[in-house]
Amino acid sequence: MPTAAPAAPLTNTSIEGAIDHLKASYPDAISADDREGYGGIIVDSAQLLDIARVIRDELGFDYLSSATAVDYLGAGDHMEMVYHAYRSSGGGTLVFKAQTDRDNAEIPSLVSVWRGADFQEREAWDLYGIRFPGHPNLKRILMWEGFHGHPMRKDWREAYYEEELKPFDSRWPGGHVHRAEEKNVFGKNVSYPREIDLSRLMDTSETAVYQSLGLGVDVERVMDKDGFETNELVVNMGPHHPSTHGVFRMVLTVDGETVTSLEPVMGYLHRNHEKIGERNTYLHNIPFTDRLDYISSMGNNHGYVLAVEQLLSLGRRYNEPTYRCEALRVMMVELSRIVNHLWAIGFWLNDIGAFFTPVLYFIQERERILDFFEAVAGSRMMCNYMRFGGLFADLPERLKSVSNLTNDRVRDYNTMQFLTEMVSERIPRTIDELEQLLTQNEILIERSVGVGVLSAEDAINYSAAGPLLRGSGVPYDIRRADPYSIYEELDFDVAVEDAGDMYARYRVRVKELRESVRILRQILPRLEATKGQSIWADGKPGAYAPRVPLGEAYGRVENGKGELGYYIVSAGGRSGTANPWRYHVRAPSFINLTPMGIMSKGYKVADIVGILGSIDIVLGETDR
Amino acid sequence: MYGTGLAKGLLLTLRHFVDSYIDDIRYGFRKYSHSVDNFGVRQGTQTKGVITVQYPDEKVAVPERFRFVPFLIIEDEDHPTRAGKDWCTSCGICAKVCPPQCIWIVRGNDPVTGRPVPEPEAFFIDIDICMNCGYCAEYCPFDAIKMDHDYELASYDRTTHHIHDKDRLSKPNSYWRSIAPTRAYEEMLSRGTWEHKDAAKEARRGQTSSRPSAPRPAAQAAPAPAQPAAQATPAPAASAGGATPWSEDDAKREERRRKALERKARRAAKRGG
Amino acid sequence: MDLNLQELNATEFPVPAELESNIAITSLSQLYNWGRRNSMWPMLFGLACCAIEMIATASSRFDFSRFGFEVMRATPRQADLMIVSGTVTKKMVVPIVRLYNQMPEPKYVLAMGACASGGGPFKEGYNVVSGMDKYLPVDVYVPGCPPTPQALLYGMIALQRKIDGQSIANGDDVPWYGAGSAEPTPVPVLGPDIIDPRQMDMIRRQAERAAQEMTALGTRELPAAMQLAPAKTAASTAAPAEAAPANGNALAYELPTGGTPWTEAEDIREKRRLRALARKALRASRRASAEEE
Repeated sequence: MPTAAPAAPLTNTSIEGAIDHLKASYPDAISADDREGYGGIIVDSAQLLDIARVIRDELGFDYLSSATAVDYLGAGDHMEMVYHAYRSSGGGTLVFKAQTDRDNAEIPSLVSVWRGADFQEREAWDLYGIRFPGHPNLKRILMWEGFHGHPMRKDWREAYYEEELKPFDSRWPGGHVHRAEEKNVFGKNVSYPREIDLSRLMDTSETAVYQSLGLGVDVERVMDKDGFETNELVVNMGPHHPSTHGVFRMVLTVDGETVTSLEPVMGYLHRNHEKIGERNTYLHNIPFTDRLDYISSMGNNHGYVLAVEQLLSLGRRYNEPTYRCEALRVMMVELSRIVNHLWAIGFWLNDIGAFFTPVLYFIQERERILDFFEAVAGSRMMCNYMRFGGLFADLPERLKSVSNLTNDRVRDYNTMQFLTEMVSERIPRTIDELEQLLTQNEILIERSVGVGVLSAEDAINYSAAGPLLRGSGVPYDIRRADPYSIYEELDFDVAVEDAGDMYARYRVRVKELRESVRILRQILPRLEATKGQSIWADGKPGAYAPRVPLGEAYGRVENGKGELGYYIVSAGGRSGTANPWRYHVRAPSFINLTPMGIMSKGYKVADIVGILGSIDIVLGETDR
Repeated sequence: MYGTGLAKGLLLTLRHFVDSYIDDIRYGFRKYSHSVDNFGVRQGTQTKGVITVQYPDEKVAVPERFRFVPFLIIEDEDHPTRAGKDWCTSCGICAKVCPPQCIWIVRGNDPVTGRPVPEPEAFFIDIDICMNCGYCAEYCPFDAIKMDHDYELASYDRTTHHIHDKDRLSKPNSYWRSIAPTRAYEEMLSRGTWEHKDAAKEARRGQTSSRPSAPRPAAQAAPAPAQPAAQATPAPAASAGGATPWSEDDAKREERRRKALERKARRAAKRGG
Repeated sequence: MDLNLQELNATEFPVPAELESNIAITSLSQLYNWGRRNSMWPMLFGLACCAIEMIATASSRFDFSRFGFEVMRATPRQADLMIVSGTVTKKMVVPIVRLYNQMPEPKYVLAMGACASGGGPFKEGYNVVSGMDKYLPVDVYVPGCPPTPQALLYGMIALQRKIDGQSIANGDDVPWYGAGSAEPTPVPVLGPDIIDPRQMDMIRRQAERAAQEMTALGTRELPAAMQLAPAKTAASTAAPAEAAPANGNALAYELPTGGTPWTEAEDIREKRRLRALARKALRASRRASAEEE
């Protein structure tokens, strides 16, 4: 075997080895990204497609996690697509980038290599105006068709634009209050291009949605077959629909009851998280991350602070978070994972017909956990608990309240006792009840077994993450595959099911609930042991404007919904500010919708809401 | 056998149904009791299931760290030297750390010299923008802005009610101490005084010149005010910010105030003589 | 449930002393309001984070069914109350207005949370509508981000109080009993930016001005009276005291005087308010004259 030998080991090489192999194969097209604080390689966009195939097939990076654009206006004046790929068997991330002009931005589409790039490339087109030749369905995804401009470009300004970066000068010391509406003629957050033509004004967003489905009556087919007419029917679901988990919309074509194609339409909750995030300082973004996946805000905080801590660790004055801080983080994240899964299972049952009884049972437990969050972090949902290198505050001695309003009733619990009771009794009991109620329920089994099947290959190729990926038999959990925080020393199993259907995803979630309880059981003694230790490495809270060194970072965590990644580019000294240059969220809810189309094909209309429910999306994160 | 899973589930719902009555019997007439024993247990971890909060008749009191919209702390009306004075020095840190930039501060200027004075001339918070994140309170170096616990703010007209100005925002220090006794106590420890930093500075200046060994106020305010008995007392008048519920502490403050006055008198005498 | 006999008897009609505790005289309004306020079905309509708290409010622990917000209906045709629970985006406001038009009257709108009230933390975003009241008449605003379930309950009770204060004799309180059919709210159009048909004329005028290079479309110089926030210059920190308005507090609340009201919705509301005041005054004078006679 003279030449075929390297094929097998190549899929096991380290990241450096992989880069070396690529450099050897494509010496002209690949250069190392040697900007300060950056990593990975820059690929010539002319050969991107070939190289991507090599990366996937020869090097084994079969999972494209994140693909995002960066606008380097004033810093090279180019657009850049940044791809994060890794192996579904575990290990680090291969970062590769392709650059293009700002004016005529064009980068070959990678959809033919990784289907998971589909929505992400559409997003880059929508927000950055980068065209992707070869993309099968390149149209706007978050904004509507016909919107003026590509809003994430650095030189695009919104109607209420005030200043490039926060904090705004108008707030202090001469902060005479005004509302942004007062500065706009229309009193609204709108601005129109100069060349607006009102005589031919029409809403093109709807037609664009339907055009992509190739609709329109095919007369020949209709009149065919002995006068017996069958028509494909278009069914629109959402954005206001009781089972779309928010303002999500699906346009289906059905043949009888059977779905022949499904097109997700989103952006109804696109609230410009990233644009605002690039104006914010690093600190400002933490409470904004709460509002991404608003069911599990602790996990969002965690991913973001990990990414920024990665950047901070490039600098000199950086202290690792203390052990107690890490333990508290893990505890909070696991509690919010429990909340997330209880919520997901409950609402999935709503979707498949068990209307509200299971939800009401499960969110009872959520209320207790939220009470705990409220007492520790200050808010039930928007916890805003983590800080760079630390936390907002340590656990209070007692979870207690003070009477303030009329008829206020006071509660007072010992924190550790409350936690212990939660972890050892209440949550396991709820999970038992959940299983008793559902796992063997014949109706549930008949509704969900064999429905919404996603094969392992498709799950990987479509960049599915979280329970959706593990429900398809891929044992990929970032807590194990690429451990962060103190997960390495904790004892838990990766939940996995092979069937790839709705029921398998449900089973994965139940298993993860149990694993979370197992983790929490290990965390509690660690909290007792570290009692008295500061949550800050140097004993005092971090600064509100940390000096973040130049560079890029990609921090990812296993959130309830899947891989939550934050890609952050620090301008560091370039702009001399505490604001990120690029702030991108690799949202699991968003990317998990990519396989929605193939998962629904061939199933009945009534299964669609169930399939969507089993993916478990939150619109705040889908649309950002 | 087909149907056992279903039956099991139905059994569970039946058990929940029965449990709800058992809870009713268990709590019966004590349902509306004020005490921690009843309400705390019913809304805590030891009860089965969840029991409805009869909202306007009984409200779940929010925990100390709860954050809603911010408010500004001013000195109590009965403070000897700084009554009604802002704690805020208009340093602008809250406006800088505010993520949605909803804080507007007009820094005060001395009318004669035109130089900035450490108090805000105007202070606005647009609660239609505020995201209740609590940064302003967290990063305020003077403990002058805090997150309020009063969430009952619904209004019929946002144009007139939703920009809180300084009058609306200002609440006395005693109010903060009544809604968050533990945290107020912790802040006092780190600040070294129950009063504003400046007041302490003034006091210390007086001490070092006259009697260096005098104990600092912090040492006097010994036991943590976190006594459950104190909180179990019925609610004081809500936002009026009346008297603090702990009388023991009041006495201590009174004591300190008396000592401060004595010191002042001594100093005046010294200067005179 | 809340029929208080004492309250009901407090009318201007004379009640014979011997009958005082035996009969209940109420105006039709009160009966009508009582019925309406206690059967207010919200629409099952979640937008964003606040929707989760809305569900928590509906669930067993807080349970808004206790107030007659009995059950959430997924279809607007069966709903009386639209709880706008979350950030309203430009893309979403189109269906929202359409849904509102589909709701049968009487209908109410409750803006839940900072976003629905005034844009919230995302206000500056290019796809965010800064407040539901830019497009629909809002009855109650519940601040908070998100409002806790108890805060939402307080807002819902506030809505009930508002209904209690209404009178069916007053066409401004209950416009749906007026003559003729109700005008649907015009549905916004998604053009290059969102276009409110009610502002079409203004957009056209601005477009003409922009074509003549007069002002940028969508922004403008403020009239002198409104220069509340002087641009910060290096000198402004040391600016003399009179540069700042003497009473900054009052400025926050005043709508620009002399100019046109900002939105048509606000205009309508203002007119309604004035009309209501006029009616009230009229009623009072009638009553006074009746008493004199």
